[in-house]
Parts: sequence; structure tokens; C-alpha cells
Amino acid sequence: MSNDSKTIRVSVEHLGKEFKVPHERHSSLKSSVINFRKRSFETFKVINDISFEVKEGEFFGILGRNGSGKSTLLKLLADIYTPSSGKLRVNGQLTPFIELGVGFNPELTGRENVFLNGAILGLNQREIEEKYDEIVAFAEIERFMDQKLKNYSSGMQVRLAFSIAIQAHNAILLIDEVLAVGDERFQQKCLEVFAKIKQDPSKTVIFVSHDMGSVQKFCDRAIVIHDGKLVYEGEAKGAVYEYKKLNFPEQITGSDVNEESKDRWGSASIVLERLKAIEIEKPDGRHNIKMTLDIRVQEIKLLNKEIACGVAIWSAEGINIAGPNSLEYTLTAQDGSVEYLIENHPLNTGTYKITAVLYDATSGETYDHHERRFNLSVAGSSNREIGTVVLGGQWRQIK
Amino acid sequence: MASNLGSAAVKRTLLRQLVITDFKLRYQGSVLGYLWSLFKPLMMFGVLFVVFTFIIPTGKDVPHFPAYLLLGIVIWTFFTEATTMGLGSIVGRGDLIRKVNISKLSIVISAILSAGVNLIINSVVVVMFMLFSGAEVNWLLVPFLPLLFIELILLALGLAFILSALYVRFRDFAPIWEIILQVLFYATPIIYPLTLAFNASPKIAEVLSLNPLAQIMQDFREILITPVTLTTHEVLPPVFSYVLPISIVLILVIGGYIYFKKRAKYFVEDL
Repeated sequence: MSNDSKTIRVSVEHLGKEFKVPHERHSSLKSSVINFRKRSFETFKVINDISFEVKEGEFFGILGRNGSGKSTLLKLLADIYTPSSGKLRVNGQLTPFIELGVGFNPELTGRENVFLNGAILGLNQREIEEKYDEIVAFAEIERFMDQKLKNYSSGMQVRLAFSIAIQAHNAILLIDEVLAVGDERFQQKCLEVFAKIKQDPSKTVIFVSHDMGSVQKFCDRAIVIHDGKLVYEGEAKGAVYEYKKLNFPEQITGSDVNEESKDRWGSASIVLERLKAIEIEKPDGRHNIKMTLDIRVQEIKLLNKEIACGVAIWSAEGINIAGPNSLEYTLTAQDGSVEYLIENHPLNTGTYKITAVLYDATSGETYDHHERRFNLSVAGSSNREIGTVVLGGQWRQIK
Repeated sequence: MASNLGSAAVKRTLLRQLVITDFKLRYQGSVLGYLWSLFKPLMMFGVLFVVFTFIIPTGKDVPHFPAYLLLGIVIWTFFTEATTMGLGSIVGRGDLIRKVNISKLSIVISAILSAGVNLIINSVVVVMFMLFSGAEVNWLLVPFLPLLFIELILLALGLAFILSALYVRFRDFAPIWEIILQVLFYATPIIYPLTLAFNASPKIAEVLSLNPLAQIMQDFREILITPVTLTTHEVLPPVFSYVLPISIVLILVIGGYIYFKKRAKYFVEDL
């Protein structure tokens, strides 16, 4: 890279942030006076000795799981928190994009909220007036500007908030996962804005996310944070690999080392975090099987995309008994759970293995495949029959 | 740290928007709206006027007593509103402070200015009363009025700096300040003329005159209502009577500002 000569916009040296959490909170004077000498704190090091530099024109990613400290780092960069140790230098005007619509008031009109939010984001009166039309046009809510914000749909609020925020952008932008807003068309518009910012060599962007897809797409360089420490700094691709390794170690070893024992694969852009399969006895003595699949979407652009779940039930002998899937049902990609219920199941007593797969409903692309990684134990309705399934047939004597 | 928050135009815009928002939202959904901020001091005036004219006639020797009393109440209302709103301002805007690096000073100042908007509206009523009950305006001293306003605002601002920062850490300061205000209401010559205290005991009048609010109030009344009123400068040695309240106000503003600035870095964590 030849941008060594470029101005350093953000420089972070051995940055640390601790939070002192008192064992007993003193929010009243009395307890503070009484316990003045015996205050005890637990110190949490949320950011631990992090150093990096961001140069002008870079699209710089910060990847980390929830709780890794990435939001704290962002708040340090935005000057909301004061560092406990180390140095932090920001050279240029910085707009934080941490939450959209900060200070939005439902009782004010759209127009009034533009001025209030703009002022909070650091625009002056003249700038807001100049950009007002552009803001309204981008949000596509011209007709509603004199209505109170409480009458807006959540989508409209988000669009308005995003429109103000992009107008407020300065030399340095801090963006925190705001891509996950609005409907698909508006998301597309946001992506276009980001692509435009990326092309502008005078803009520096620090992009904080757990969305590997957009980090890979936009970022030139990225760091990965884990437990408050910097574990990787370098190209975005490497950062995504490092991040995957931290989060899905078995998958990385599986697909990369090509071991024989691999039992999980897929793009991991949507993952199955857990599968719980239980048998429930009903009052009539028969049994249901309920499987709950906990799903997490890792790439925000896939949100609400139509996906399919499939499970396969294997007997202890390794025979595939059944392989139901959800193709007849419409399931969409979102964080949460999917349930599969088999009423009056036919399985006989025994333990079974379950394969579970998440895949794209149209293209069939595999997101996450768990090959016989889950167990199901069945008590069954009959303890006298042999075989894997109880057919439930009726016997009758004919004379 | 370089950020555009430092620019004066941005701070002005922020202040303006915070005050406008506060103004618009204060009586949101009420039928009479902003008239309520006129009714509050007027009701108080009505009750006190009846009590202190007919039941305990403390004001019988004061010329233009209605205007005299109302001016006192309006100044007092500003003082309580500004300090109380100032006290809660940082905690009240906690959601903003946690999400953006917003100028914390602007938040406190906006609370004082919001109370100032009320003061201006109430002043209109005071002027009307002055016209009705025939106040004797001392036109020679009128040029000093802005200075008195500035002193009053600085006094409230200094207290708001200290109180808002303390309130972030200790929620006790809401009731503490309420009690102090209660004491101050009677310790300041609002409902009684300072002459009455002086007649009872010059010592008491001297102690009361140490209060900058007493000096401000009596000076306002001397300029706007009647030259007969006893000012703190007549109770205390003249030089001392100017230097002391101004020093108190300056110490409060500068000390309050320094304390506020020192604590402001940790507001996010303490909130």
C-alpha cells in the first residue's frame, strides 16, 4: 500500500478502559458517607492495551462479538468515554454514527426533529437549513414533515434519522452497525451511500460490526477484538478469517484443514447456534417430538431472506429414518428460533442422531450444516416392539 | 480532542434547539399551554397579596406593594426554576450523553435559558402591574438593569453547575436543594420588605443582606418600583455590600464551572 504518506486521522496507543463497579452502589449521600472508607470496587478491563492507526481515506473495520469491547472502543473514539490509560488522538472532525435518531422526540414534528437531531450531531443552524431539503428527499417523507414523529412508522423514523446522520458526516465517520435499518430498498440506498463515501479519498470511516459480509465488502483494513484485546490487525479478509476462527473454530478447521472428522460446514453467514430436541409425553400416553433451532444471522444483508431448515433423523445403526424440511413453509432469516413439531411421533425407544441444515430456500446454498451433531433420546409409546419405528398398526382377529 | 463540537456556531445551534424543544414540550398537550407559566406566579402572587395586605399587613408601608411583591415573586420563580431545572438537566439528558459527545455545558446553560424564557414572559406581567399601580421608575439607574440580570443569571448558572454535577452522583441533592430553597424563600425579602427585618433587629437585616439574591431583589425594586425600599447597601457598609454578593456570585460561577468540567468526563459512567 502506498498510502503511508497519508495523514494519520486516528491514532490509538495502548488504549485501556476500566469500569469500576462498586460492590454496593452508593447513589445516595448517606451510604456514601457511611461507607466512605470501605468502598470496594470490582474493576473490569473492557479495553486492554489496544493500539492501531487509521489513515486518511481508509475504510477501517473493527470486528468483534457482542461483549468483546467493540462498542466501548467506539465510545472511546467518539469521546463519550474518557480513556483510563493510553493515548487517543483524533485529527479532524468526527461524526459518531453510534445510534440513529439520538434525541428524537415523538412529540415534535419531523421538521423540528431534523433541527434538534442535526444540532446534537454537531451541525450548525445554517448547515441544517441548507441540507434540509436533501435530508427530506433522501428519507422520502416530504409529505409528513409537519406531522409529529409519533405518527411515523418505525421505518420512516429510521429513514429520517439515517438521512440526517449522513448529512452530518465529517472527515471522520464512526459507524456502528447501522446497516441493519429499514426495508430492503432503503438498505440498498444506505449501501450506495457507503460505497460513495468509500470512494471519497478525503473521508475516513471506522466501521464497527459483527457483520462479516459488510466488513469484507467495504473495509480496506480491519482489526478483530476479543475480550478487550486486539487479536488481529491487517487486511479485512484476514480479519474475517480470524473472526470466524474465534467464533466457529470447528468450522474453520473442518473446511481448511480438510480433516476426515468434519461434521460442520457452510458459509456461516447464517448459523444454527443450538438445536434442542425433546420428547414430550401427552396426557393420552402418546408422545410428541419438539425440536427448537436457534438461528443467528451473521450477515445483515441476508436479513429476511427466505431460508429453509432441514433435519435428518438417524438411528443408532446409522440408518437415515427421515429427512423433513421446511420448504413448504415460509421461513425468513432472522435472529431467533424455529420450531419443528412432530405430533404422535412413530419412533421407537432408543437414542437417535440428528443432522440439521440451514440453507437458502431458492439457491440451496448451505449456510450451516451440522452432520449428526445432536442427540435425541426417545422413550417411546411402546416398550414391547422392536425395530426403529412403531408403525401403530391395529391387530384384529378374524374368524 | 478535535471535533466540531468546539465550534461556537454548533454550540449556539445546540443551545437554541435545546431551548426551543424545551419550550415546545413543556406544556405539550395542555389546552392553555404557555399561559400556565404565567398563572403559576400570578396565583402565588394572589394568595400572598391577600395574606400580606389584609391578614398580616407587612406591606402596608411599601408604596406600590402589588408590583413590589410580584417583581419579587417573578425573580424568585426564575431562581427556583433555573436552579431546579439546572440540577436535573444532566441526569435528564442522560440518554443523549450516553450516545453522543454532546457539550454538557450547553445542556446546563439551556436549562437556565429555558427558565429565562419564562422570566421574560413573566416580566411582561410585571410591567403591566407597574403601569397599573404606578411604579416610580428611577430612570437614572435603569442602565444598570442588564447588570442585575447578568448577576441573577450567573448566580443561577453557578449553582446549576455545582448542583447538576453533584446530582449525577448523589440523587440526594434534589430533596436537599428543595429544602434549601424553602429556607431561602423566607430568608430572602420577597414577601416582606427588608425594612421590617431591620426594624426587628439590624443584625438580622445584616445577615439577610449577605445573600446575593437579597441584594439583586432589592436593587431591582429600588430601580423599578420605589426608591423608598431599603436596599442591602443601606444595611451593610456600602463598598462591602457590592463586593460581597458579586464575589459570591463569581466564586459560584468559576468554582462551579471548574468542578463541573472536572466531573463532566465521568458523567457517562456515573449516570
